[in-house]
Amino acid sequence: MTDTPYGFDTLQIHAGARPDPATGARQTPIYQTTAYVFRDADHAAALFNLQEVGYIYSRLTNPTVAVLQERVATLEGGVGAVACSSGHAAQLMALFPLMAPGDNVIVSTRLYGGSITQFSHTIKRFGWSATFVDFDDLDAIAAAADENTKAVFCESISNPGGYLTDIPSVAAVAEGLGIPLIVDNTLATPYLCQPIAQGATLVVHSTTKYLTGNGTVMGGIVVDSGNFDWSASDKFPSLSKPEPAYHGMTFHETFGALAFTFHGIAIGLRDLGMTLNPQAAHYTLMGIETLSLRMERHVENAMKVATWLENDPRVDFVTYAGLPSSPYSDRAKSLYPKGAGALFTFAVKGGYTACVKLVDTVEIFSHVANLGDTRSLIIHAASTTHRQLTTEQQEAAGASANVVRLSIGTETADDLISDLDQALAAAVK
Amino acid sequence: MNNYTDKFLRELLSTTKTIAMVGVSVNEMRPSYFVARYLNLKGYRIVPINPGQAGKTLFGQMIYPSISEIPEEVGPIDMVDIFRRAEHVDQIVDEAITALSARGLRYIWMQIGVINEDAEATAVAAGLDVVMNRCPKIEHQRLFGELRKAGFNTGIISSRL
Ligand SMILES: Cc1ncc(COP(=O)(O)O)c(C=O)c1O
Repeated sequence: MTDTPYGFDTLQIHAGARPDPATGARQTPIYQTTAYVFRDADHAAALFNLQEVGYIYSRLTNPTVAVLQERVATLEGGVGAVACSSGHAAQLMALFPLMAPGDNVIVSTRLYGGSITQFSHTIKRFGWSATFVDFDDLDAIAAAADENTKAVFCESISNPGGYLTDIPSVAAVAEGLGIPLIVDNTLATPYLCQPIAQGATLVVHSTTKYLTGNGTVMGGIVVDSGNFDWSASDKFPSLSKPEPAYHGMTFHETFGALAFTFHGIAIGLRDLGMTLNPQAAHYTLMGIETLSLRMERHVENAMKVATWLENDPRVDFVTYAGLPSSPYSDRAKSLYPKGAGALFTFAVKGGYTACVKLVDTVEIFSHVANLGDTRSLIIHAASTTHRQLTTEQQEAAGASANVVRLSIGTETADDLISDLDQALAAAVK
Repeated sequence: MNNYTDKFLRELLSTTKTIAMVGVSVNEMRPSYFVARYLNLKGYRIVPINPGQAGKTLFGQMIYPSISEIPEEVGPIDMVDIFRRAEHVDQIVDEAITALSARGLRYIWMQIGVINEDAEATAVAAGLDVVMNRCPKIEHQRLFGELRKAGFNTGIISSRL
Protein backbone atom coordinates (compact mmCIF):
# COMPACT_ATOMS: atom_id res chain seq x y z
CA MET A 1 0.00 0.00 0.00
CA THR A 2 2.88 2.30 0.83
CA ASP A 3 6.30 2.17 -0.75
CA THR A 4 8.30 1.40 2.34
CA PRO A 5 11.79 2.83 2.05
CA TYR A 6 13.25 0.33 4.52
CA GLY A 7 15.58 -2.56 3.71
CA PHE A 8 14.67 -6.23 4.03
CA ASP A 9 16.79 -6.69 7.18
CA THR A 10 14.93 -3.88 8.92
CA LEU A 11 11.50 -5.07 7.82
CA GLN A 12 12.05 -8.68 8.90
CA ILE A 13 12.50 -7.38 12.47
CA HIS A 14 10.14 -4.41 12.62
CA ALA A 15 7.25 -4.85 10.16
CA GLY A 16 4.00 -5.23 12.05
CA ALA A 17 5.71 -5.14 15.43
CA ARG A 18 5.40 -1.76 17.03
CA PRO A 19 5.66 -1.79 20.83
CA ASP A 20 2.60 -3.39 22.41
CA PRO A 21 0.00 -0.60 22.77
CA ALA A 22 -1.30 -1.93 26.10
CA THR A 23 1.98 -2.42 27.98
CA GLY A 24 4.85 -1.01 25.94
CA ALA A 25 6.34 -4.51 25.80
CA ARG A 26 9.04 -4.32 23.12
CA GLN A 27 8.88 -7.93 22.03
CA THR A 28 5.51 -8.92 20.60
CA PRO A 29 3.51 -10.51 23.45
CA ILE A 30 1.78 -13.84 23.01
CA TYR A 31 -1.88 -12.93 23.34
CA GLN A 32 -3.12 -16.23 24.65
CA THR A 33 -6.84 -15.52 24.65
CA THR A 34 -9.78 -16.81 22.68
CA ALA A 35 -12.07 -13.78 23.03
CA TYR A 36 -12.03 -10.00 23.49
CA VAL A 37 -14.35 -7.74 25.47
CA PHE A 38 -16.55 -5.32 23.48
CA ARG A 39 -16.78 -1.69 24.64
CA ASP A 40 -20.58 -1.78 24.17
CA ALA A 41 -23.26 -3.21 21.89
CA ASP A 42 -22.55 -0.63 19.16
CA HIS A 43 -18.88 -1.56 19.12
CA ALA A 44 -19.76 -5.26 18.88
CA ALA A 45 -22.15 -4.56 15.99
CA ALA A 46 -19.58 -2.49 14.10
CA LEU A 47 -16.98 -5.25 14.50
CA PHE A 48 -19.32 -8.00 13.33
CA ASN A 49 -20.36 -5.88 10.32
CA LEU A 50 -16.64 -5.33 9.50
CA GLN A 51 -17.31 -1.58 9.65
CA GLU A 52 -14.60 -1.38 12.26
CA VAL A 53 -11.56 -3.66 12.37
CA GLY A 54 -10.77 -5.19 15.72
CA TYR A 55 -10.70 -8.32 17.79
CA ILE A 56 -13.76 -10.49 18.29
CA TYR A 57 -12.62 -14.09 18.62
CA SER A 58 -9.24 -15.69 17.94
CA ARG A 59 -10.53 -17.97 15.19
CA LEU A 60 -10.70 -14.73 13.17
CA THR A 61 -8.06 -12.34 14.48
CA ASN A 62 -5.48 -12.26 17.26
CA PRO A 63 -2.90 -9.53 18.03
CA THR A 64 0.12 -11.89 17.93
CA VAL A 65 -1.00 -13.56 14.74
CA ALA A 66 -1.71 -10.12 13.20
CA VAL A 67 1.94 -9.12 13.68
CA LEU A 68 3.04 -12.21 11.77
CA GLN A 69 0.52 -11.48 9.02
CA GLU A 70 1.68 -7.89 8.60
CA ARG A 71 5.33 -9.01 8.74
CA VAL A 72 4.98 -11.52 5.91
CA ALA A 73 2.65 -9.27 3.88
CA THR A 74 5.29 -6.54 4.06
CA LEU A 75 8.23 -8.80 3.18
CA GLU A 76 6.31 -10.18 0.20
CA GLY A 77 5.19 -6.71 -0.93
CA GLY A 78 1.49 -7.55 -0.54
CA VAL A 79 -1.37 -5.56 0.97
CA GLY A 80 -2.40 -8.12 3.59
CA ALA A 81 -2.07 -11.70 4.72
CA VAL A 82 -4.08 -14.40 6.46
CA ALA A 83 -2.14 -16.86 8.59
CA CYS A 84 -3.40 -20.41 8.96
CA SER A 85 -2.62 -23.67 10.65
CA SER A 86 -0.28 -25.20 8.03
CA GLY A 87 1.03 -24.76 4.52
CA HIS A 88 -1.59 -27.14 3.23
CA ALA A 89 -4.30 -25.09 4.93
CA ALA A 90 -2.90 -21.98 3.22
CA GLN A 91 -3.28 -23.62 -0.20
CA LEU A 92 -6.96 -24.34 0.45
CA MET A 93 -7.48 -20.86 1.90
CA ALA A 94 -5.98 -19.33 -1.25
CA LEU A 95 -8.27 -21.31 -3.56
CA PHE A 96 -11.43 -21.09 -1.46
CA PRO A 97 -12.53 -17.53 -2.41
CA LEU A 98 -11.90 -18.27 -6.09
CA MET A 99 -13.42 -21.69 -6.65
CA ALA A 100 -16.93 -23.14 -6.80
CA PRO A 101 -18.00 -26.73 -7.54
CA GLY A 102 -17.14 -27.49 -11.18
CA ASP A 103 -14.16 -25.12 -11.25
CA ASN A 104 -10.57 -26.10 -11.92
CA VAL A 105 -7.03 -24.88 -11.34
CA ILE A 106 -3.98 -25.34 -13.58
CA VAL A 107 -1.10 -26.72 -11.55
CA SER A 108 2.60 -27.31 -12.18
CA THR A 109 3.74 -30.94 -12.28
CA ARG A 110 6.73 -29.90 -10.15
CA LEU A 111 5.33 -29.62 -6.65
CA TYR A 112 5.76 -31.04 -3.17
CA GLY A 113 4.27 -34.56 -3.29
CA GLY A 114 1.70 -33.73 -0.63
CA SER A 115 0.47 -30.84 -2.74
CA ILE A 116 0.18 -33.06 -5.81
CA THR A 117 -2.00 -35.42 -3.77
CA GLN A 118 -4.06 -32.54 -2.35
CA PHE A 119 -4.68 -31.21 -5.87
CA SER A 120 -5.19 -34.49 -7.69
CA HIS A 121 -7.47 -36.23 -5.18
CA THR A 122 -8.59 -34.34 -2.09
CA ILE A 123 -9.92 -31.17 -3.72
CA LYS A 124 -12.27 -33.31 -5.82
CA ARG A 125 -14.34 -33.71 -2.65
CA PHE A 126 -15.17 -29.99 -3.01
CA GLY A 127 -16.13 -30.48 -6.65
CA TRP A 128 -12.88 -28.81 -7.75
CA SER A 129 -10.26 -30.33 -10.03
CA ALA A 130 -6.70 -29.69 -11.16
CA THR A 131 -5.00 -30.01 -14.54
CA PHE A 132 -1.28 -30.76 -14.24
CA VAL A 133 1.02 -29.13 -16.79
CA ASP A 134 4.78 -28.81 -17.40
CA PHE A 135 5.25 -25.11 -16.59
CA ASP A 136 8.22 -24.80 -18.94
CA ASP A 137 5.64 -25.19 -21.72
CA LEU A 138 3.80 -21.87 -21.54
CA ASP A 139 1.51 -22.73 -24.46
CA ALA A 140 0.41 -25.85 -22.63
CA ILE A 141 -0.65 -23.75 -19.62
CA ALA A 142 -2.84 -21.55 -21.83
CA ALA A 143 -4.16 -24.61 -23.70
CA ALA A 144 -5.21 -26.29 -20.45
CA ALA A 145 -7.58 -23.45 -19.54
CA ASP A 146 -11.33 -23.52 -20.03
CA GLU A 147 -14.12 -21.20 -18.89
CA ASN A 148 -14.13 -22.83 -15.44
CA THR A 149 -10.40 -22.34 -14.80
CA LYS A 150 -10.01 -19.98 -11.85
CA ALA A 151 -6.30 -19.99 -10.99
CA VAL A 152 -2.79 -21.06 -11.93
CA PHE A 153 -0.63 -22.59 -9.18
CA CYS A 154 3.11 -23.33 -8.91
CA GLU A 155 6.05 -23.30 -6.52
CA SER A 156 8.82 -20.68 -7.03
CA ILE A 157 11.69 -23.06 -6.21
CA SER A 158 10.02 -26.45 -6.36
CA ASN A 159 10.23 -29.31 -3.90
CA PRO A 160 12.26 -31.61 -4.14
CA GLY A 161 14.45 -28.99 -5.70
CA GLY A 162 16.39 -28.45 -8.86
CA TYR A 163 13.60 -26.54 -10.60
CA LEU A 164 12.87 -22.81 -10.65
CA THR A 165 9.65 -21.46 -12.12
CA ASP A 166 9.88 -18.58 -14.59
CA ILE A 167 7.29 -16.58 -12.64
CA PRO A 168 7.11 -13.49 -14.93
CA SER A 169 6.30 -15.65 -17.98
CA VAL A 170 3.76 -17.79 -16.14
CA ALA A 171 2.19 -14.64 -14.66
CA ALA A 172 1.80 -13.20 -18.16
CA VAL A 173 -0.07 -16.34 -19.26
CA ALA A 174 -2.36 -16.13 -16.20
CA GLU A 175 -3.00 -12.47 -16.89
CA GLY A 176 -3.92 -13.30 -20.46
CA LEU A 177 -6.44 -15.82 -19.12
CA GLY A 178 -7.86 -13.24 -16.68
CA ILE A 179 -7.10 -15.40 -13.65
CA PRO A 180 -4.72 -15.05 -10.71
CA LEU A 181 -1.34 -16.77 -10.40
CA ILE A 182 -0.77 -18.33 -6.96
CA VAL A 183 2.87 -19.03 -6.07
CA ASP A 184 3.96 -21.25 -3.19
CA ASN A 185 7.10 -19.38 -2.10
CA THR A 186 8.01 -21.73 0.76
CA LEU A 187 11.38 -22.85 -0.59
CA ALA A 188 12.60 -19.44 -1.75
CA THR A 189 11.17 -17.23 1.02
CA PRO A 190 10.73 -13.52 0.21
CA TYR A 191 14.47 -13.12 0.73
CA LEU A 192 15.33 -15.09 -2.42
CA CYS A 193 12.22 -14.38 -4.50
CA GLN A 194 9.31 -11.97 -4.35
CA PRO A 195 6.65 -13.48 -6.61
CA ILE A 196 4.37 -10.41 -6.39
CA ALA A 197 7.08 -8.18 -7.88
CA GLN A 198 7.32 -10.78 -10.69
CA GLY A 199 3.57 -10.67 -11.41
CA ALA A 200 1.94 -13.16 -9.03
CA THR A 201 -1.42 -12.25 -7.50
CA LEU A 202 -1.27 -14.46 -4.39
CA VAL A 203 1.62 -16.00 -2.47
CA VAL A 204 1.29 -18.94 -0.08
CA HIS A 205 3.81 -20.33 2.37
CA SER A 206 4.33 -23.27 4.58
CA THR A 207 5.77 -21.15 7.43
CA THR A 208 6.69 -24.49 8.99
CA LYS A 209 9.85 -24.30 6.88
CA TYR A 210 12.38 -21.46 6.45
CA LEU A 211 10.23 -18.66 7.85
CA THR A 212 10.15 -20.33 11.28
CA GLY A 213 13.50 -21.84 10.43
CA ASN A 214 14.15 -24.34 13.16
CA GLY A 215 11.56 -27.05 12.86
CA THR A 216 9.40 -26.06 15.84
CA VAL A 217 5.88 -25.18 14.71
CA MET A 218 3.46 -25.79 11.85
CA GLY A 219 1.95 -22.84 10.03
CA GLY A 220 0.93 -21.35 6.72
CA ILE A 221 0.03 -17.98 5.27
CA VAL A 222 -1.72 -16.48 2.23
CA VAL A 223 -0.52 -13.08 1.03
CA ASP A 224 -2.57 -10.98 -1.40
CA SER A 225 -0.87 -8.51 -3.75
CA GLY A 226 -4.02 -6.37 -3.89
CA ASN A 227 -3.41 -6.07 -7.64
CA PHE A 228 -6.12 -8.28 -9.09
CA ASP A 229 -9.39 -6.77 -10.32
CA TRP A 230 -11.88 -9.35 -9.03
CA SER A 231 -14.76 -7.48 -10.66
CA ALA A 232 -13.29 -7.41 -14.19
CA SER A 233 -15.19 -10.61 -15.05
CA ASP A 234 -17.93 -12.77 -13.57
CA LYS A 235 -15.41 -15.47 -12.67
CA PHE A 236 -15.10 -14.62 -8.96
CA PRO A 237 -18.62 -14.02 -7.63
CA SER A 238 -17.68 -14.63 -4.00
CA LEU A 239 -15.54 -11.48 -4.21
CA SER A 240 -17.34 -9.43 -6.84
CA LYS A 241 -21.03 -10.15 -6.11
CA PRO A 242 -23.11 -9.97 -2.92
CA GLU A 243 -21.89 -12.88 -0.75
CA PRO A 244 -24.78 -14.71 0.94
CA ALA A 245 -22.36 -16.09 3.55
CA TYR A 246 -21.81 -12.53 4.81
CA HIS A 247 -25.34 -11.07 4.71
CA GLY A 248 -24.99 -9.99 1.10
CA MET A 249 -21.81 -7.96 1.42
CA THR A 250 -19.88 -7.35 -1.82
CA PHE A 251 -16.27 -7.75 -0.69
CA HIS A 252 -14.46 -6.18 -3.64
CA GLU A 253 -16.68 -3.12 -3.81
CA THR A 254 -16.51 -2.64 -0.04
CA PHE A 255 -12.82 -3.26 0.61
CA GLY A 256 -11.13 -2.54 -2.72
CA ALA A 257 -7.58 -3.89 -2.76
CA LEU A 258 -8.09 -5.39 0.72
CA ALA A 259 -11.04 -7.56 -0.37
CA PHE A 260 -9.24 -10.91 -0.61
CA THR A 261 -7.72 -10.59 2.86
CA PHE A 262 -11.01 -9.53 4.47
CA HIS A 263 -12.70 -12.46 2.72
CA GLY A 264 -10.02 -14.78 4.11
CA ILE A 265 -10.76 -13.66 7.64
CA ALA A 266 -14.51 -13.13 7.49
CA ILE A 267 -15.37 -16.26 5.53
CA GLY A 268 -12.26 -18.45 5.20
CA LEU A 269 -11.14 -18.52 8.83
CA ARG A 270 -14.65 -18.06 10.16
CA ASP A 271 -16.10 -21.07 8.34
CA LEU A 272 -13.12 -23.34 7.60
CA GLY A 273 -11.47 -22.63 10.95
CA MET A 274 -7.87 -23.41 9.90
CA THR A 275 -6.53 -20.75 12.26
CA LEU A 276 -2.94 -20.31 13.39
CA ASN A 277 -2.49 -20.25 17.16
CA PRO A 278 -0.64 -17.35 18.82
CA GLN A 279 2.13 -19.57 20.27
CA ALA A 280 3.01 -20.76 16.79
CA ALA A 281 2.88 -17.18 15.48
CA HIS A 282 5.37 -16.22 18.19
CA TYR A 283 7.89 -18.91 17.18
CA THR A 284 7.55 -17.98 13.53
CA LEU A 285 8.05 -14.29 14.31
CA MET A 286 11.25 -15.16 16.20
CA GLY A 287 12.42 -17.09 13.16
CA ILE A 288 11.68 -14.35 10.64
CA GLU A 289 13.83 -11.87 12.60
CA THR A 290 16.92 -13.73 11.29
CA LEU A 291 15.55 -14.85 7.91
CA SER A 292 18.02 -13.05 5.63
CA LEU A 293 21.01 -14.11 7.74
CA ARG A 294 19.97 -17.74 7.68
CA MET A 295 19.05 -17.80 4.01
CA GLU A 296 22.46 -16.42 3.05
CA ARG A 297 24.14 -19.26 4.93
CA HIS A 298 21.67 -21.88 3.67
CA VAL A 299 22.42 -20.86 0.09
CA GLU A 300 26.19 -20.63 0.59
CA ASN A 301 26.28 -24.10 2.18
CA ALA A 302 24.00 -25.58 -0.48
CA MET A 303 26.34 -24.33 -3.18
CA LYS A 304 29.40 -25.84 -1.45
CA VAL A 305 27.78 -29.21 -0.81
CA ALA A 306 26.22 -29.42 -4.29
CA THR A 307 29.54 -28.56 -5.95
CA TRP A 308 31.38 -31.20 -3.90
CA LEU A 309 28.77 -33.86 -4.70
CA GLU A 310 28.83 -33.05 -8.41
CA ASN A 311 32.55 -33.73 -8.51
CA ASP A 312 32.30 -37.02 -6.62
CA PRO A 313 32.54 -40.22 -8.73
CA ARG A 314 29.99 -42.03 -6.51
CA VAL A 315 27.33 -39.52 -7.59
CA ASP A 316 25.52 -39.67 -10.94
CA PHE A 317 24.12 -36.14 -10.99
CA VAL A 318 23.09 -33.25 -8.74
CA THR A 319 19.97 -31.19 -9.50
CA TYR A 320 20.84 -27.95 -7.65
CA ALA A 321 19.70 -25.05 -9.84
CA GLY A 322 22.51 -22.89 -8.49
CA LEU A 323 25.14 -25.04 -10.24
CA PRO A 324 26.47 -23.80 -13.60
CA SER A 325 25.64 -27.27 -15.01
CA SER A 326 21.93 -26.90 -14.20
CA PRO A 327 19.56 -26.34 -17.15
CA TYR A 328 18.05 -23.62 -14.94
CA SER A 329 21.32 -21.81 -14.29
CA ASP A 330 20.37 -18.78 -16.43
CA ARG A 331 16.95 -18.57 -14.82
CA ALA A 332 18.65 -18.72 -11.42
CA LYS A 333 20.90 -15.78 -12.31
CA SER A 334 18.15 -13.57 -13.68
CA LEU A 335 15.18 -14.37 -11.44
CA TYR A 336 16.76 -15.76 -8.25
CA PRO A 337 19.98 -13.72 -8.07
CA LYS A 338 20.46 -14.18 -4.32
CA GLY A 339 20.50 -17.95 -4.68
CA ALA A 340 18.57 -20.99 -5.82
CA GLY A 341 17.58 -22.08 -2.32
CA ALA A 342 18.99 -24.91 -0.25
CA LEU A 343 16.93 -27.93 -1.27
CA PHE A 344 18.07 -30.30 -4.01
CA THR A 345 18.39 -33.94 -4.94
CA PHE A 346 21.29 -36.04 -6.09
CA ALA A 347 21.45 -39.48 -7.68
CA VAL A 348 23.58 -42.08 -5.98
CA LYS A 349 25.37 -44.70 -8.07
CA GLY A 350 23.79 -47.95 -7.01
CA GLY A 351 20.18 -46.71 -7.17
CA TYR A 352 17.48 -47.42 -4.62
CA THR A 353 19.55 -49.74 -2.36
CA ALA A 354 22.44 -47.30 -2.16
CA CYS A 355 20.02 -44.43 -1.39
CA VAL A 356 18.50 -46.32 1.51
CA LYS A 357 21.94 -47.25 2.88
CA LEU A 358 23.13 -43.65 2.59
CA VAL A 359 20.14 -42.31 4.49
CA ASP A 360 20.76 -44.89 7.23
CA THR A 361 24.48 -44.06 7.56
CA VAL A 362 24.61 -40.26 7.90
CA GLU A 363 25.37 -38.86 11.38
CA ILE A 364 24.81 -35.09 11.17
CA PHE A 365 22.04 -35.10 8.57
CA SER A 366 18.69 -36.02 10.16
CA HIS A 367 16.44 -38.49 8.40
CA VAL A 368 13.14 -36.60 8.60
CA ALA A 369 10.20 -35.59 6.40
CA ASN A 370 10.77 -31.86 6.66
CA LEU A 371 12.86 -29.11 5.10
CA GLY A 372 13.98 -25.60 5.83
CA ASP A 373 15.47 -26.34 9.24
CA THR A 374 18.76 -24.92 10.58
CA ARG A 375 19.73 -28.63 10.81
CA SER A 376 20.58 -30.41 7.58
CA LEU A 377 17.99 -32.99 6.62
CA ILE A 378 17.96 -35.96 4.30
CA ILE A 379 15.20 -38.10 2.87
CA HIS A 380 14.51 -40.53 0.08
CA ALA A 381 11.60 -38.69 -1.52
CA ALA A 382 10.28 -41.55 -3.69
CA SER A 383 9.57 -43.72 -0.66
CA THR A 384 8.34 -40.90 1.65
CA THR A 385 7.29 -37.34 0.71
CA HIS A 386 6.44 -38.32 -2.88
CA ARG A 387 5.35 -41.89 -2.07
CA GLN A 388 1.66 -41.59 -3.01
CA LEU A 389 2.53 -40.60 -6.57
CA THR A 390 2.76 -42.78 -9.67
CA THR A 391 6.22 -43.43 -11.14
CA GLU A 392 5.48 -40.91 -13.93
CA GLN A 393 4.39 -38.29 -11.39
CA GLN A 394 7.54 -38.95 -9.33
CA GLU A 395 9.74 -38.48 -12.37
CA ALA A 396 7.94 -35.31 -13.48
CA ALA A 397 8.33 -33.91 -9.96
CA GLY A 398 12.05 -34.82 -9.86
CA ALA A 399 11.62 -37.49 -7.19
CA SER A 400 12.71 -40.68 -8.96
CA ALA A 401 13.69 -43.78 -6.97
CA ASN A 402 17.45 -43.25 -7.44
CA VAL A 403 17.63 -39.77 -5.87
CA VAL A 404 18.06 -38.55 -2.31
CA ARG A 405 16.78 -35.14 -1.24
CA LEU A 406 18.90 -32.84 0.92
CA SER A 407 17.75 -29.79 2.85
CA ILE A 408 21.01 -28.03 3.60
CA GLY A 409 21.18 -26.37 7.01
CA THR A 410 23.37 -23.66 8.46
CA GLU A 411 26.06 -25.89 10.02
CA THR A 412 29.72 -25.77 8.96
CA ALA A 413 29.71 -26.81 5.30
CA ASP A 414 32.85 -28.95 5.65
CA ASP A 415 31.18 -31.02 8.37
CA LEU A 416 28.22 -31.68 6.07
CA ILE A 417 30.57 -32.72 3.29
CA SER A 418 32.53 -35.09 5.59
CA ASP A 419 29.29 -36.67 6.74
CA LEU A 420 28.12 -37.30 3.16
CA ASP A 421 31.59 -38.58 2.29
CA GLN A 422 31.56 -41.27 4.99
CA ALA A 423 27.96 -42.23 4.18
CA LEU A 424 28.68 -42.50 0.45
CA ALA A 425 31.68 -44.70 1.27
CA ALA A 426 29.36 -47.10 3.09
CA ALA A 427 26.55 -46.91 0.53
CA VAL A 428 28.44 -47.21 -2.76
CA LYS A 429 30.71 -50.22 -2.84
CA MET B 1 -2.28 4.51 -8.56
CA ASN B 2 -1.67 8.02 -7.31
CA ASN B 3 0.87 8.30 -4.56
CA TYR B 4 0.00 10.40 -1.56
CA THR B 5 2.50 10.57 1.27
CA ASP B 6 1.51 9.22 4.65
CA LYS B 7 2.38 12.63 6.09
CA PHE B 8 -0.12 14.37 3.81
CA LEU B 9 -2.89 11.84 4.48
CA ARG B 10 -2.26 11.93 8.21
CA GLU B 11 -2.50 15.71 8.26
CA LEU B 12 -5.64 15.67 6.12
CA LEU B 13 -7.34 13.13 8.36
CA SER B 14 -6.26 14.83 11.60
CA THR B 15 -7.32 18.37 10.66
CA THR B 16 -10.61 17.49 8.97
CA LYS B 17 -13.67 17.73 11.19
CA THR B 18 -16.69 17.85 8.88
CA ILE B 19 -17.13 15.80 5.70
CA ALA B 20 -19.90 16.23 3.13
CA MET B 21 -20.45 12.76 1.64
CA VAL B 22 -21.95 12.92 -1.84
CA GLY B 23 -23.85 9.79 -2.84
CA VAL B 24 -23.84 8.15 0.58
CA SER B 25 -26.31 5.27 0.88
CA VAL B 26 -28.70 4.57 3.73
CA ASN B 27 -28.50 0.82 2.99
CA GLU B 28 -26.39 -0.79 5.75
CA MET B 29 -24.65 -3.19 3.38
CA ARG B 30 -23.42 -0.54 0.91
CA PRO B 31 -19.75 0.46 1.04
CA SER B 32 -20.61 4.17 1.29
CA TYR B 33 -22.69 3.49 4.39
CA PHE B 34 -19.70 1.59 5.84
CA VAL B 35 -17.40 4.54 5.28
CA ALA B 36 -19.87 7.04 6.72
CA ARG B 37 -20.54 4.91 9.77
CA TYR B 38 -16.85 4.28 10.41
CA LEU B 39 -15.87 7.94 10.08
CA ASN B 40 -18.81 8.95 12.25
CA LEU B 41 -17.71 6.47 14.94
CA LYS B 42 -14.22 8.00 14.77
CA GLY B 43 -15.63 11.44 15.60
CA TYR B 44 -15.98 13.07 12.19
CA ARG B 45 -19.15 14.99 11.52
CA ILE B 46 -20.83 13.59 8.41
CA VAL B 47 -23.08 15.74 6.25
CA PRO B 48 -24.90 13.27 3.98
CA ILE B 49 -25.82 14.36 0.45
CA ASN B 50 -28.27 12.20 -1.52
CA PRO B 51 -31.19 13.64 -3.52
CA GLY B 52 -33.13 10.36 -3.31
CA GLN B 53 -33.03 10.35 0.49
CA ALA B 54 -33.22 14.11 1.18
CA GLY B 55 -35.15 15.00 4.31
CA LYS B 56 -34.35 11.71 6.08
CA THR B 57 -31.53 11.44 8.58
CA LEU B 58 -28.37 9.35 8.81
CA PHE B 59 -26.68 9.01 12.24
CA GLY B 60 -28.88 11.88 13.38
CA GLN B 61 -27.71 14.18 10.55
CA MET B 62 -30.17 15.61 8.03
CA ILE B 63 -29.62 14.37 4.46
CA TYR B 64 -29.49 17.22 1.91
CA PRO B 65 -30.25 16.93 -1.81
CA SER B 66 -27.09 18.71 -3.00
CA ILE B 67 -23.96 20.49 -1.82
CA SER B 68 -25.49 23.89 -2.65
CA GLU B 69 -28.39 23.14 -0.36
CA ILE B 70 -26.37 22.58 2.82
CA PRO B 71 -27.75 25.34 5.08
CA GLU B 72 -25.40 28.00 6.47
CA GLU B 73 -26.06 26.90 10.06
CA VAL B 74 -24.37 23.53 9.39
CA GLY B 75 -21.15 25.54 9.56
CA PRO B 76 -17.74 24.89 7.98
CA ILE B 77 -17.20 21.89 5.65
CA ASP B 78 -13.56 20.75 5.43
CA MET B 79 -13.89 18.00 2.87
CA VAL B 80 -16.19 16.67 0.15
CA ASP B 81 -16.01 12.87 -0.24
CA ILE B 82 -17.46 11.66 -3.55
CA PHE B 83 -19.19 8.30 -4.01
CA ARG B 84 -20.32 8.94 -7.60
CA ARG B 85 -19.03 7.69 -10.93
CA ALA B 86 -16.21 9.73 -12.47
CA GLU B 87 -18.44 11.35 -15.10
CA HIS B 88 -20.50 13.09 -12.38
CA VAL B 89 -17.45 14.45 -10.57
CA ASP B 90 -16.82 17.61 -12.65
CA GLN B 91 -20.21 19.00 -11.77
CA ILE B 92 -19.84 18.07 -8.08
CA VAL B 93 -16.41 19.72 -7.83
CA ASP B 94 -17.66 22.90 -9.56
CA GLU B 95 -20.58 23.06 -7.18
CA ALA B 96 -18.35 22.43 -4.16
CA ILE B 97 -15.97 25.23 -5.16
CA THR B 98 -18.87 27.68 -5.65
CA ALA B 99 -20.81 26.77 -2.54
CA LEU B 100 -18.12 25.85 -0.04
CA SER B 101 -14.95 27.84 -0.83
CA ALA B 102 -16.05 30.51 1.61
CA ARG B 103 -16.97 27.86 4.18
CA GLY B 104 -13.53 26.42 4.79
CA LEU B 105 -13.42 23.73 2.09
CA ARG B 106 -9.87 22.33 1.78
CA TYR B 107 -10.11 18.81 0.41
CA ILE B 108 -11.83 16.89 -2.39
CA TRP B 109 -11.73 13.13 -1.96
CA MET B 110 -12.80 10.64 -4.68
CA GLN B 111 -13.43 7.06 -3.58
CA ILE B 112 -11.75 3.88 -4.90
CA GLY B 113 -12.46 3.54 -8.63
CA VAL B 114 -13.29 7.24 -9.00
CA ILE B 115 -10.65 9.05 -11.06
CA ASN B 116 -11.29 12.36 -12.83
CA GLU B 117 -8.14 14.28 -13.67
CA ASP B 118 -9.96 17.31 -15.16
CA ALA B 119 -11.93 17.77 -11.96
CA GLU B 120 -8.70 17.32 -10.00
CA ALA B 121 -7.08 20.13 -12.00
CA THR B 122 -10.09 22.39 -11.41
CA ALA B 123 -9.94 21.75 -7.67
CA VAL B 124 -6.19 22.29 -7.48
CA ALA B 125 -6.56 25.59 -9.40
CA ALA B 126 -9.09 26.63 -6.75
CA GLY B 127 -6.48 25.95 -4.04
CA LEU B 128 -7.85 22.60 -2.85
CA ASP B 129 -5.94 19.38 -2.20
CA VAL B 130 -7.29 16.29 -3.96
CA VAL B 131 -7.19 12.55 -3.25
CA MET B 132 -8.43 10.14 -5.93
CA ASN B 133 -9.02 6.40 -6.05
CA ARG B 134 -8.62 5.91 -2.30
CA CYS B 135 -10.93 5.37 0.65
CA PRO B 136 -10.70 7.63 3.71
CA LYS B 137 -11.87 4.79 5.94
CA ILE B 138 -9.11 2.45 4.77
CA GLU B 139 -6.46 5.18 4.98
CA HIS B 140 -7.64 6.11 8.48
CA GLN B 141 -7.58 2.46 9.54
CA ARG B 142 -4.12 2.03 8.07
CA LEU B 143 -2.55 5.18 9.50
CA PHE B 144 -4.15 5.12 12.94
CA GLY B 145 -3.60 1.52 13.90
CA GLU B 146 -6.76 -0.37 13.07
CA LEU B 147 -5.59 -2.34 10.04
CA ARG B 148 -2.66 -3.44 12.16
CA LYS B 149 -5.15 -5.55 14.10
CA ALA B 150 -5.99 -7.73 11.12
CA GLY B 151 -2.67 -8.36 9.40
CA PHE B 152 -2.57 -5.67 6.71
CA ASN B 153 0.61 -4.08 5.43
CA THR B 154 0.32 -0.61 7.00
CA GLY B 155 3.78 0.48 5.87
CA ILE B 156 4.34 1.89 9.35
CA ILE B 157 7.65 1.05 11.02
CA SER B 158 8.17 2.55 14.45
CA SER B 159 9.67 1.59 17.80
CA ARG B 160 7.72 4.28 19.61
CA LEU B 161 4.58 3.61 21.58
C1 LIG C 1 6.68 -26.45 -1.03
C2 LIG C 1 5.77 -26.89 0.06
N1 LIG C 1 4.52 -26.40 0.11
C3 LIG C 1 3.65 -26.78 1.07
C4 LIG C 1 3.99 -27.71 2.02
C5 LIG C 1 2.97 -28.11 3.04
O1 LIG C 1 3.20 -27.37 4.20
P1 LIG C 1 2.75 -27.91 5.65
O2 LIG C 1 3.54 -29.15 5.91
O3 LIG C 1 3.11 -26.76 6.55
O4 LIG C 1 1.28 -28.15 5.59
C6 LIG C 1 5.28 -28.25 2.01
C7 LIG C 1 5.67 -29.24 3.02
O5 LIG C 1 6.62 -29.98 2.88
C8 LIG C 1 6.18 -27.84 1.01
O6 LIG C 1 7.43 -28.33 0.93
